[in-house]
Amino acid sequence: MASTTKNWVTAVAAATWAGNAAAGNLNLQEPTTTIAAQIYSLHTYIMVVCVVIFVLVFGAMFYSIFKHRKSVGHKAAHFHENTTVEIIWTVIPFLILLGMAAPATKTILAMKDTSNADITIKAVGYQWKWGYEYVRGEGDLAGVSDGIQFYSNLSTTKDQIYDKSVKKSENYLLEVDNPLVVPVGKKVRILTTANDVIHAFWVPSFGVKQDAIPGFIRDTWFTAEQTGEFRGQCAELCGKEHGFMPIVVKVVTVDEFKAWAAKQAKDTGAPAAETAAAPAAQAAPEKTAAAGGAADGKKTFEGACAACHMTGVAGAPKVGEKAAWAPRLAQGKDALYEHAIKGKGVMPPKGGNAALSDGEVKAAVDHMVSLSK
Amino acid sequence: MQQAHSSYYIPQPSTWPIIGATALLFMGFGAALTMNDLGAGPWLLLVGFAILVYLLFGWFGQVARESEKGAYNTQVDLSFRWGMSWFIFSEVMFFAAFFGALFYMRILSVPDLGQGASGELLWPGFAPKWPVSGPGIEETFTPMGAWGIPAINTLILLTSGATVTWAHWGLIKNNRSQLIFGLILTIALGIVFLFLQGYEYYHAYHELNLTLTMGAYGATFFMLTGFHGFHVTMGTIMLIVILGRCMAGHFKPEHHFGFEGVSWYWHFVDVVWLLLFVLVYWL
Amino acid sequence: MEAVHGHGHEHDHAHYPGGIMRWVTTTNHKDIGTLYLWFSFAMFITGGLLAMGIRLELLQPGMQYWRPEFFNQLTTMHGLIMVFGAIMPAFVGFANWQVPMMIGAPDMAFARMNNFSFWLLPPAALLLVVSFFVPGGATGAGWTLYAPLSVQQGMGMDMAIFAVHIMGASSIMGSINIITTILNMRAPGMTLMKMPLFVWTWLITAYLLIAVMPVLAGAVTMLLTDRHFDTHFFNAAGGGDPVLYQHVFWFFGHPEVYIMILPAFGIVSQVLPAFARKPLFGYSSMVYATASIAILSFIVWAHHMFTVGMPAAGQLFFMYATMLIAVPTGVKVFNWIATMWKGSMTFETPMLFSVGFLFVFTMGGFTGLILAITPVDIQLQDTYYVVAHFHYVLVAGSLFAIFSGIYFWLPKWTGHMYDETLGKIHFWLSIIFFNVTFFVMHFLGLAGMPRRIPDYAEQFADFNMIASIGAFGFGLSQLLFLYVVVKCIKGGEKAPAKPWEGADSLEWTLPSPAPYHSFETPPIVK
Ligand code: HEA
Ligand code: HEA
Ligand code: HEC
Ligand code: CUA
Ligand SMILES: [Cu+2]
Repeated sequence: MASTTKNWVTAVAAATWAGNAAAGNLNLQEPTTTIAAQIYSLHTYIMVVCVVIFVLVFGAMFYSIFKHRKSVGHKAAHFHENTTVEIIWTVIPFLILLGMAAPATKTILAMKDTSNADITIKAVGYQWKWGYEYVRGEGDLAGVSDGIQFYSNLSTTKDQIYDKSVKKSENYLLEVDNPLVVPVGKKVRILTTANDVIHAFWVPSFGVKQDAIPGFIRDTWFTAEQTGEFRGQCAELCGKEHGFMPIVVKVVTVDEFKAWAAKQAKDTGAPAAETAAAPAAQAAPEKTAAAGGAADGKKTFEGACAACHMTGVAGAPKVGEKAAWAPRLAQGKDALYEHAIKGKGVMPPKGGNAALSDGEVKAAVDHMVSLSK
Repeated sequence: MQQAHSSYYIPQPSTWPIIGATALLFMGFGAALTMNDLGAGPWLLLVGFAILVYLLFGWFGQVARESEKGAYNTQVDLSFRWGMSWFIFSEVMFFAAFFGALFYMRILSVPDLGQGASGELLWPGFAPKWPVSGPGIEETFTPMGAWGIPAINTLILLTSGATVTWAHWGLIKNNRSQLIFGLILTIALGIVFLFLQGYEYYHAYHELNLTLTMGAYGATFFMLTGFHGFHVTMGTIMLIVILGRCMAGHFKPEHHFGFEGVSWYWHFVDVVWLLLFVLVYWL
Repeated sequence: MEAVHGHGHEHDHAHYPGGIMRWVTTTNHKDIGTLYLWFSFAMFITGGLLAMGIRLELLQPGMQYWRPEFFNQLTTMHGLIMVFGAIMPAFVGFANWQVPMMIGAPDMAFARMNNFSFWLLPPAALLLVVSFFVPGGATGAGWTLYAPLSVQQGMGMDMAIFAVHIMGASSIMGSINIITTILNMRAPGMTLMKMPLFVWTWLITAYLLIAVMPVLAGAVTMLLTDRHFDTHFFNAAGGGDPVLYQHVFWFFGHPEVYIMILPAFGIVSQVLPAFARKPLFGYSSMVYATASIAILSFIVWAHHMFTVGMPAAGQLFFMYATMLIAVPTGVKVFNWIATMWKGSMTFETPMLFSVGFLFVFTMGGFTGLILAITPVDIQLQDTYYVVAHFHYVLVAGSLFAIFSGIYFWLPKWTGHMYDETLGKIHFWLSIIFFNVTFFVMHFLGLAGMPRRIPDYAEQFADFNMIASIGAFGFGLSQLLFLYVVVKCIKGGEKAPAKPWEGADSLEWTLPSPAPYHSFETPPIVK
């Protein structure tokens, strides 16, 4: 309670325009690509036009409110039609709209042009993290990073989120363990897709936002013009942790990029190979299951089942709680498989991931059982 | 029309609406529980359904009695006509949603899954054609041909449209036997249609491996034909009720909206079938 | 035959059940209108309390009160309950009370079905509210229920689906009733082009409702079969597409937002001339503008989907079509101002709310236009800018118009004048707190705060705190509204038949309170 007054004061102080304008909080983020810059000025232009119209229209209204009121003795006129003005105020807005549509059209066409990319990266949305896969490079980046894959998780710790007394880090909620690394000045094409539900890949200062739709590839592009770290967030409601799957893009020079890629390839041996299968596999689940037989149960578990079975949501038996599992195990593995695939009570079929193959679900069950015996 | 205003029939307070609301309350909760395999779901559903059936007969029975009493003047009659037309319009839009889904999958999403980046990276080897179950479904099925039962069913429904009109003429001419015979024929055709469609579904499930779960084709096929079949069922029941009323001597040559409403509905169902036949079975 | 019925015995009050059964069984449009309005208010409080839950969590960064999944449920249910439970039924309540009186009809065309339309709502509301308490909780997929997230949800989702079905049935029946009443029950001489504008806007709204509610029913039905019967409408593995859901939903959803604003336009078009003491400017262009908005509303739906990755041609088409709506809406705004121009205005509470509506709704319209510009929308989609936009049009638009209409007609409904001073205080508190709450959300959105998140980065902290404080203030102000209404029902200065000097539609020819049965003999309109 003691802090309430303080908060009030803070709030009021913070509300001062100067303070926030200085912090750059009143407008779109500082653009760092041509597209973002175009969007920025498009927004400014349209907003200014709207503000001007608004001031004119409501200037007239307030003039009327003050002059044409009964209390100042104004007598009502009786006109109720005037074809000329009605035509004027239909046509003029239309013309203004044309003036807005023209530059917008140009920007749209530019945003849509994903051809001639120097490097292509697949961004896969998972509940709740991003997986990145460097698909291919062109020109002097050919082969440099192809095949690199990794996951990018929120790195803010839980206690910062849930415990008030813990100090929040500088980039609270906007920091990840493995940022997406891209070279400066190169056209980067991002392919988006998702493993489970729709996510959206969004980096405001690049002017890039593209939904990641399970089962489909969609694309967008950007050319970063300055080095540094740029932050964004998943921008499509994707369930419980939607607020906790940020995107960090680290823009480095081309040389640094090459060095980074080489290091990744060296370290790859284990980690990259392990993660390698995952994004591709999970986006096209039926295939791997068919090809590889028992899929990676741990991965599936983390992606699809952990949400409930780590937390015990809705009475889901928690992994590791032997007591909860004993009676279930007594039914026999096949019953468990069956229930995991077909659903049982609140337990949705395949954990709600119809795209999973039966094999993957079984593997996940095996994994869960192995932890809970 | 306007001079009839003063006696526009305003029904007395009625308990039917709250009974209906109760029915849907039971059905809503019942269905939700049933689908999640919980508790007394099926029983609630059953109770709700029973109340609903009671409601339908009770409420429409009362309407029929009021109508026979002569409570409905021409303005009320016109209201019924507007009401029924708009109701049918709402049904049209309901079917439009499913036809839209069919169109979308067939023209947009299935091709998209087999071409370009989605096809190459996620579903290699998937050939977009129609009919198809989808890139992630390994099982295969045989699509339903148009020129067997569906064609016969088309003929049946078209004929039934004619017979119901013929019955209507009978009513207008006050030729009761033509009316009743026409209705019986229509009902019989409706029942045969349903029987054949039931057989077709059996065939689809047991011989063609064509099921509701067969991806794009299976889902649109069964949802569209299924909702249509449901409407035929409702229409047939309505026709049977009307037949009963005709046999009880209801309706007059110049005043019989109950009959006309049902026949409009029947024609609507007919037209939907024609669209189905062309868009689902044939093309 | 017509002449046989005298008046009186048909409508003998002795036939009518008393107590609660009066309300349960009533076929009277005024009773039913009252039921709708109270139901709507109850849902407004429910949805509002959920919003308070949202704002409470967002007061400060960090998770403090709820778990993230519960936060999503709050957001989802807030949206669903406000849209389907509060705003839409409120307008239907107005239609029930006003349409028959304004066109000189004895009642609604299908009086018994009218009661059914209302009584379907409580079961639907029950399904929604109870879903919080079932295993897995309420659905947390957003009010748009996007697949495949909605396919993942627990049983609460099924309850929401059935609630939507039932509310859809209610809306369709209600709309059929309203359309039929308007088309078939006008008093002699009341031609279409003489109808009060409120009636016109409802005629067009009812048409929109009948056209799109079944589509929504179709969308959630596909969701249901995807959830439980293994269809693949929204699953790529079966050739379906999650985006298909969005198309079907928004084909409903966009007209839906106009369903929530056109009757508001109608109310404002009644109120402004009454207090400007001057006839509505450009009556016929108002009618045409309303119709154009309705027609255009069918071809703009994908402006909610600019980020799904549709082809450039699609983005362009939907951008142009969406921008076009500014033209007819502008015509309306200009007509309203021309109505006020050179009038003899007074500013009782209904007028204040209507002027407030005009001012603030137009801001929401402009932010809508900014969102319609595809490249800008790509930055702003799914941010608080969108949240700001739609609360400007829904709260300051629909809700303020509802307040305006309630103050306007309360004297006719209750026979008493409401407390003018308190009404004015209610207005000023509402409009100030409203802007405190939602204006800052524009900045949040621009700066990059996504919507539907329970926790946010620290640079968003200040504005969120302001918004939350504003929201609590706005919420508390509504208690005053409740008090004013109850006070007015209980008593107060006796209202004359026509308390507003400039009001001219038919209902003002009836005594206040309007008799239980009005216009049993139709008035003649010249
Ligand atoms: C009452 C409800 C209502 C109304 C009336 C509107 C009106 C409009 N809306 Fe809004 N909208 C919503 C409710 C509403 N909206 C909701 C609920 C959502 C979010 C849904 C969700 O995702 O949950 C939404 C989202 C939404 C989006 C998607 C944002 C996103 O998710 O990315 C867009 C994009 O185009 C949009 C545009 C518009 C436009 C162009 C109008 C136009 O009709 C506005 C027209 C009015 C004016 C322009 C002002 C007056 C005109 C003049 C004074 C004339 C002169 C003007 C000029 C020449 C510029 N709306
Ligand atoms: C249709 C109308 C409507 C109305 C009237 C409102 C009213 C309000 N809404 Fe709205 N809102 C939506 C429709 C509406 N909303 C929709 C469609 C969404 C999108 C959902 C989604 O993303 O899926 C949304 C989402 C939404 C969000 C974004 C949530 C998120 O993205 O996570 C927020 C956040 O601040 C918010 C806040 C508010 C507030 C503070 C009010 C206030 O105006 C409410 C004030 C009312 C009351 C408080 C009740 C009455 C008062 C009392 C009972 C007195 C007691 C009060 C106190 C103790 C304080 N709403
Ligand atoms: C939405 C939450 C949720 C998700 C996601 C989920 N489960 Fe479950 N699961 C449950 C609940 C709740 C139960 C308890 C059901 C019961 O006993 O009625 C359960 C039970 C089970 C059981 C025991 C069944 C039995 O017979 O007792 C298994 C095995 C299981 N889940 C496997 C999985 C697998 C594998 C996945 C992922 C592919 C998964 N679950 C995802 C909620 C979930
Ligand atoms: Cu991923 Cu939101
Ligand atoms: Cu819209």
